[in-house]
Amino acid sequence: MAEPVSSPPPAARTDRSPWNWLLVVPIVVPLLVPLYNHDSPRLGGFPTFYWLQLAFILIGVITTSVVYRMTRRPGPAAKPTEAAPAAGDSDE
Amino acid sequence: MSDHITEIVVFSVLFLLVSGMGFVAARWRAPQDMAHLDEWGLGGRSFGGWITWFLIGGDLYTAYTFVAVPALIFGAGAAGFFAVPYTVIIYPMFFLILIRLWSVSHRHGFVTPADFVRTRFGSPTLALLVAITGIVATMPYIALQLVGIESVLKTMGVTGDSAIARHLPIIIAFAILAAYTYQSGLRAPALIAFVKDTLIYIVIIVAVLYLPYKLGGWGSIFDAADKKFQASAAPGDGIILNANNQVQYITLALGSALALFLYPHSITGVLASKNRNVIKRNMSALPAYSLLLGLIALLGYMAISAGVKPLPGSKAGSLDSNTVVPLLFDQQFPSWFAGIAFAAIGIGALVPAAIMSIAAANLFTRNIYKEYIKPDATHAQEASVSKVASLVVKLGAVAFIVFLDPQFSIDLQLIGGVVILQTAPAVALGLYTRWMHRGALIAGWAAGMALALWMLWDIPNAVTKRAHFGGSAFPLKDFGFDTPKTIYVGFVAVAVNVLVAVIVTFILRATKTPDGVDGTRPDDYFADEGDPRLEKSRVTPDAVASST
Repeated sequence: MAEPVSSPPPAARTDRSPWNWLLVVPIVVPLLVPLYNHDSPRLGGFPTFYWLQLAFILIGVITTSVVYRMTRRPGPAAKPTEAAPAAGDSDE
Repeated sequence: MSDHITEIVVFSVLFLLVSGMGFVAARWRAPQDMAHLDEWGLGGRSFGGWITWFLIGGDLYTAYTFVAVPALIFGAGAAGFFAVPYTVIIYPMFFLILIRLWSVSHRHGFVTPADFVRTRFGSPTLALLVAITGIVATMPYIALQLVGIESVLKTMGVTGDSAIARHLPIIIAFAILAAYTYQSGLRAPALIAFVKDTLIYIVIIVAVLYLPYKLGGWGSIFDAADKKFQASAAPGDGIILNANNQVQYITLALGSALALFLYPHSITGVLASKNRNVIKRNMSALPAYSLLLGLIALLGYMAISAGVKPLPGSKAGSLDSNTVVPLLFDQQFPSWFAGIAFAAIGIGALVPAAIMSIAAANLFTRNIYKEYIKPDATHAQEASVSKVASLVVKLGAVAFIVFLDPQFSIDLQLIGGVVILQTAPAVALGLYTRWMHRGALIAGWAAGMALALWMLWDIPNAVTKRAHFGGSAFPLKDFGFDTPKTIYVGFVAVAVNVLVAVIVTFILRATKTPDGVDGTRPDDYFADEGDPRLEKSRVTPDAVASST
């Protein structure tokens, strides 16, 4: 990610966070075919192939919600106090 | 036609209702001055959480998706379910990558992905390629929305003998759509999306509760599908994947997800939201549509279980599998409810068609008209050129359907998904790194494009007995591998694209070929609503646009 920049960046603003790695889960898990390519066990009549993949939607919802909450910066509605302690965890 | 009179009345009333809304939308959240591309083309960049949810949801999950995915499941089984993993993995990608595009676009006033490429790589040529790729990929996608409407009209028996009579309802529908998009811009689909999605959610929730009850439960629906696939001679079908289509399944899901967020219309939807938090929150809320799509996909199995027989296609002897979902509703529900379902599909075609035509029009205006024809165009001129361009785009889409075999649009859309992927190195990787040389990105684009078109040309289709452009599943044996496995064309092509871009970058750097100037700063990729430097750039947007 080394970007050739002529001048140093003005503010140490970034959206890097270790929490972002959590988003790899909903990208990778739905691609692991052997995990769900079965008929049984069925759930409410649904073969595993279908109910498990529908359940992955829930993984997507949970992980994006968690990452959003953990990396949230003070909203633009609030005073733009960049030095506030709440902003600490988003700058690593 | 007389058996379907209730359906037609319900369909028409709802359709006219939303058309009225489309015209009123111009006054909804009205700006002081509509003669600006930010207003007409991006709804003032002001949409909050709810509007964004309906807008992007209505944008990504098109009428064609709702008709074609269950049709695919009906015909091939599990392989058609790729739509679910595809729409799961797309949101984390949006969350990480598109958010940066939003920030840098907000900071610099970009309207299209090609605007970004131009400033990032200092290359109008690369931007032109991205813009043309976007327009070419979007046009058949708009035409496919008409295929969605047509499947409904066909089921209601609204057909005629001559080509013009058969297509008259669609021409009227699109004329109305064109008129209110011209007037209201992105506000029209944003407002209509509320009605469209409410109807779709109601229809699908009722269908997935009532139909399994009527058809003997989910277990017997899947068993009926299994029995059909066991009996069929086709090698690739079944209610779970077989050894040969698994690679295709995951590469198609991944490739489609990448393609979807490169499509100009998805980017338009994202850029219209007012800040980063709106986008991030939506990435947790939009999967509700993925669940909806998963359930809609399973309507294909319900159609098997209910014994639906698709209507004949445009050519003698062929079947139009896109009619299975409309037919299922027609056969299983009272006609007034079927009418609502049909209206949901019909209106569902209007929202994405409007957004797509706006996105294509913006690309033309910003990256062709302003770049090459009239560099000193004012904001008012930009907006009026875009409005006219959106009409031309829709006219083109109607012409596709009226004068050409609909199959041609389906083929083109398949190609569209593959070609739009070739903009990934410039647009998606470009958001993270400026390492690649502008010349290398052009070379990579050309290589990826050439390979993709050759591979697509090479694929036959056994079912329709066509020798070329038969699908997106490329047999690996044609590369010389000793295997019956298949892989998604776009995935291979984009990998080659990146490889070529990297190699050529090394060469161009070694030969010290001049590279463009990067007009963005690392900080721009995190800019948010209320950015202090934004006000300055808004005062003199032309200075920003011409500074590179």
